[in-house]
Amino acid sequence: MAKLTFETDLCKGCGLCVNACPKNLLVLSKDKINLKGHSPVEITDEAACIGCASCAIMCPDCIITVER
Amino acid sequence: MKVFEKPKALTDAPFHYCPGCTHGIIHRLVAEAIDELGIEGKTIGVAPVGCAVMAYNYFACDMIEAAHGRAPAVATGVKRSCPDNIVFTYQGDGDLASIGMAETVHSAARNENITVIFVNNAIYGMTGGQMAPTSLPGQVTQTSPYGRDVNHCGYPVKVCEMLAQLEGPEYLERVAVNNVANIRKAGKAIKKAFENQINKKGFSLIEVVSTCPTNWGMKPTDALKWLDENMLPYYPLGVYKDRSKEEK
Ligand SMILES: Cc1ncc(C[n+]2csc(CCOP(=O)(O)OP(=O)(O)O)c2C)c(N)n1
Ligand code: SF4
Ligand code: SF4
Ligand code: SF4
Repeated sequence: MAKLTFETDLCKGCGLCVNACPKNLLVLSKDKINLKGHSPVEITDEAACIGCASCAIMCPDCIITVER
Repeated sequence: MKVFEKPKALTDAPFHYCPGCTHGIIHRLVAEAIDELGIEGKTIGVAPVGCAVMAYNYFACDMIEAAHGRAPAVATGVKRSCPDNIVFTYQGDGDLASIGMAETVHSAARNENITVIFVNNAIYGMTGGQMAPTSLPGQVTQTSPYGRDVNHCGYPVKVCEMLAQLEGPEYLERVAVNNVANIRKAGKAIKKAFENQINKKGFSLIEVVSTCPTNWGMKPTDALKWLDENMLPYYPLGVYKDRSKEEK
């Protein structure tokens, strides 16, 4: 199973990772605001993640770490 | 096992770039190439004037700041005095193709043994979205509010095509960072541009077609789509010059 770690406080809520996920597992938070004032990304179903790292490759701020 | 993490050649400083700005992706690709080639200890980067002006805060190698457009001239001096170091410039299209055009053309013509990372986002980002030499015909910017009129402002400069006419340069490739597949290809091209320098081949320039969501006035996801639909037809991706292939 893949494990994702987000440096949530550095997320800028740009949504590029959300569009890149082939499994549609990522969303921008509806109820959280991070230190920078953005709605950070969240994973909806970690068990469904295939660890392809598409989200991390797309992230301009390099805040996602992917382990498999 | 980690399959993706931030490269070591980037510092811990958070990028100041706007949300979704692809400068961050391109920084990471450069840092990954430095990591993979194990050259961080001997690499010297030259930062531009433009949004990437503070690139010296983000790369863990030694960095120098050049005056607007002069990065290839500074890199030439560094490389000639420290030929065992690896020297790269990181420049926007305003920096490289407008005020710095002379330095670009002549460093390429001299086949100076440096690596140039050219970020083409078709606009002046830092100063608030003025028309760049690379802005597309019809593109609306702060200084072309009715769209770039080619009768008045002329046509955009295609840097790779233009430099490919010179005998000098070793390697010229245009890549994009609008999706995962293109980002992987861009990473390979950037690594090759550094390898060429290590192998003393000479001038390598990688043009990275990029976005400026803020000054294009779009959501970051829409900016990637705009890049795909508008920039790539005008700026086709591919290798424009590879002397190692010509010699065979
Ligand atoms: C000698 C000089 N002239 C003009 C400027 C103003 N200036 C700062 S950045 C810039 C253009 C930046 O555009 P680009 O190189 O495309 O980089 P981007 O910000 O889009 O990444 C200009 C004209 C300056 N700083 N110095
Ligand atoms: S690793 Fe792949 S499947 Fe998992 S969240 Fe990222 S893009 Fe989606
Ligand atoms: S791409 Fe990065 S910065 Fe943008 S929303 Fe996703 S995790 Fe956040
Ligand atoms: S102004 Fe444009 S190029 Fe500059 S950081 Fe913002 S989005 Fe990126």
